[in-house]
Amino acid sequence: MKAIIAATLIGVVLMFTGILVKEKKSAVTIATVLLFLLLGVNVWELVSADVNAPQMYFNNMLRIDSYALWFNTMMTGCTFLYALLVGKEVAKVGTHVADYFALISFILCGIYLLSGYNNMLILFIGIEILSIPQYILAGSDKKNLKSSEASLKYFLMGAFSTGILLMGITLLYGATGSFDIIGFTFLQSAELNPLALAGILFLMVALSFKVSAAPFHIWTPDVYDGTPTPFTAFMATVVKAGAFIAFLRLFSVAFGSLSSHWMMILAIITALTLLIGNITAVFQQSVKRMLAYSSIAQAGFMLFAIIAVNATAWQGMIIYAVAYSVATIGVFAVLMKLKDYTYDGFNGLARKEPALAFFTTIFLLSLAGIPLTGGFMAKFFVLQAAVEQGSLLWLVIFGLLMAAVSAYYYFRVIIAMYFKEGTPELHAEVSGGEKFLLAMTCVLVILIGVAPQLFLNNI
Amino acid sequence: MLLTLLILIPLLAGAVSFAINGNGAKGLALVSSLATLAISGIICDADVTSFSTPWIPRLGTQFSLLGDGMSSMLCLLTGIVMTVVIIAIWNKEVERPGAFYGLMLLSQAGITGVFLAYDALLFYFFWELALIPVYFLCSQWGGEKRIPVTFKFFVYTFVGSLIMLAALIYLSLQSPGADAYSWQNIVRAGSSLPASEQKWLFWMIFIAFAIKMPIFPFHTWQPDAYEQSPTPVTIILSALMVKMGMFAVIRWLLPVVPEGVAFWSDTVITLSIVGIVYASLLAIVQTDIKRLVAYSSIAHMGLMCAAAFANTHSGMHGLMVQMFNHGINITGMWLLVHMVEQRWGTRDMTRLGGMASTAPQMAIALVIISVANVALPLTNGFIGEFMLFNGLFESQSPYHITFMVVAGLGIILGAVYTLNMVQRTAYGNATEMVVAKDLTANEYLGLGVIIALILFLGVYPKPLLELTAGAVNQIIP
Repeated sequence: MKAIIAATLIGVVLMFTGILVKEKKSAVTIATVLLFLLLGVNVWELVSADVNAPQMYFNNMLRIDSYALWFNTMMTGCTFLYALLVGKEVAKVGTHVADYFALISFILCGIYLLSGYNNMLILFIGIEILSIPQYILAGSDKKNLKSSEASLKYFLMGAFSTGILLMGITLLYGATGSFDIIGFTFLQSAELNPLALAGILFLMVALSFKVSAAPFHIWTPDVYDGTPTPFTAFMATVVKAGAFIAFLRLFSVAFGSLSSHWMMILAIITALTLLIGNITAVFQQSVKRMLAYSSIAQAGFMLFAIIAVNATAWQGMIIYAVAYSVATIGVFAVLMKLKDYTYDGFNGLARKEPALAFFTTIFLLSLAGIPLTGGFMAKFFVLQAAVEQGSLLWLVIFGLLMAAVSAYYYFRVIIAMYFKEGTPELHAEVSGGEKFLLAMTCVLVILIGVAPQLFLNNI
Repeated sequence: MLLTLLILIPLLAGAVSFAINGNGAKGLALVSSLATLAISGIICDADVTSFSTPWIPRLGTQFSLLGDGMSSMLCLLTGIVMTVVIIAIWNKEVERPGAFYGLMLLSQAGITGVFLAYDALLFYFFWELALIPVYFLCSQWGGEKRIPVTFKFFVYTFVGSLIMLAALIYLSLQSPGADAYSWQNIVRAGSSLPASEQKWLFWMIFIAFAIKMPIFPFHTWQPDAYEQSPTPVTIILSALMVKMGMFAVIRWLLPVVPEGVAFWSDTVITLSIVGIVYASLLAIVQTDIKRLVAYSSIAHMGLMCAAAFANTHSGMHGLMVQMFNHGINITGMWLLVHMVEQRWGTRDMTRLGGMASTAPQMAIALVIISVANVALPLTNGFIGEFMLFNGLFESQSPYHITFMVVAGLGIILGAVYTLNMVQRTAYGNATEMVVAKDLTANEYLGLGVIIALILFLGVYPKPLLELTAGAVNQIIP
């Protein structure tokens, strides 16, 4: 709760900062410091929380347990990392730098609600708080047509899926007479009526939209491609993880006992997401677009955690969200230094900037899921959860084959950097400080890979 | 603790090596490999060493290592091969030596880890870890077609390992707990599964190993990859990484799904033997000596794999000995190929000839190592192959005579291509081999160690047999 208040306050403070502080650089600095403060508040709340007694707020509409706090802390940490690595680029997007960070801080507030909601209304509000700032961020490069297109597309699709979400909530209310997600567990499969079943299906579709799972992913590539790159990096990582935690909570806590009814549908969605995300990514020429499809593919793996409905899945979700976010933010941070976003733009990077190429390699290996990196542990956790579930071995094997496909497009970047001739054009010299930050990010990626328990301890 | 050092030394030395340039990296690599050689000597001397500490308790996996006879022997092989390679290529100029030797050492760390891991997840970890440095080595310092070729190699092995990972997860979940991934638990879980499940689990695990060894028809990545890699890397691939596959079959397949193995062993032996003949026939028509040696390696691995599935005491014992011997012999072969290429700028047999007159010492080394490669008595190859054949013959399979005969045919073909190669490179007209230096001091030393081992183990194989006897008894009681 402290974090929710803090995030809101910081958002408001940043909005006023926009009026008072005209210098972009100092706005970024203030925002970064405030985000660090927010991280501090999260840690404070986490440390002071009682592990066994979750806090209830607003007439039990919000139930903040230690898992939620842990997730919030991790995601705030990722956002702080994002501000450090990408903050400078955010300043280049437009004039209202402080406002962008204010929106990011509101998004975090939405995530905090989504990790702890106990009531469908909070779910709805959380999803909206998560989404609306994104529509603005997507269109923040006002003079760029593609950015405006992205914003409009995203808004239309988002509004549409919100409608479906509301419809699902309404149907479930009709079936159960309750908005509390705990209440739904009283629904026994035997007495499950069509109303509730349709409601679950609608919710599944709506949340699949939000996490860009196929076949509801159509908006993703265009939106991610059109959005100014610094914001794509945020949308594809932390925001996506926030949508996933909502998905996981709803389908594990509320509908977990009904899993036999929806599991097959979600399994098919997962398989489609993996297939479409990976196969389409192979054919991309622009690394930015490849990363958009790769984010769809990675969402496919995160869906494993939702299907599995067990304790390992909850662990897997945190590890996956962190490992994927950190590595993707890292790749984007490097991508933004380049003028040319195609694969050819990376040609010969290893000769010009060996350190940069090395860091990118670590991030890409992590995304491909090679041992010693966080990506491996993340994939391992969610796959283990899915195998534990019992009936989904076919999906696991399919997922593994798709992971092998994903190696193809991640390695294409590595091949371009190391084994092809060329001189990549950079926007500016990469400073020592930036290199140090990227190096620390690499260390983090490897730390997740060898000691994942550090990121799970407190649950 | 010694076992951990065996992995840590090359890992740290490799990481440091990236920062050094010039001869420092070379020296560091040599020191590191000598240190690992010494340590593996100590663990070979000890009976069975083990080390275990919790790693990720939540997943039921531990950082546990075991150095029994088989593991220590393979670690010793790794130490010897790395040292010999670094000495023998001392004069070779590589671009960016820091990165080159760094990656070599990292791959050594991965390979050693595979040989020592006693926990399924740890095993998988090292299994993949060994692959990445080799991928970068091949595609950065390799031949013209290196990029697509090494990528094919990478994708092949990556797919195989991922499927194995699924099988390992499945097995560990049969009895979850704090030691779910320990070797004992995996073996217990696997062998208590019904035969119908073991049958498909067998393939899920075996494909990864079959690709690595490689066994026909999973071998298609291999000749290209061997040809395109720089020779030191080819040596790592064929002397050490291939042994990872063989070792993994013995430790992580045979005891884990015994009924699956019993059901499929005839199929696998048949594939292996087809591979022997097929590879030997292809080797005969090669004119590039590097490709020739590559195919000969497939043939040798085929015989070893066949013996592994024969389920006999002598076959298994022969396999242990042969793993070591093959590693030594093939290292010698590759070093000679490398020296020929360095001196005369070609590997084409039709353009080579007359080495005996221009570089007599090198020709002698070539003859001895080739003879060991065809397993003539008095060389180390003989003991191993004799025991492998013996094991194949004693096998319970109804087709054991057929297996013997066809595999024997492969050996004859092996003599044909190897001796043909010796004849065409060492003797004949010295057309292009006029300007030649004979062996330099470091090459002399490297090949000398190899030849000494060939002759010593050919006459007195007892140390190797004794070292691995315990491991064999454990696998086949």
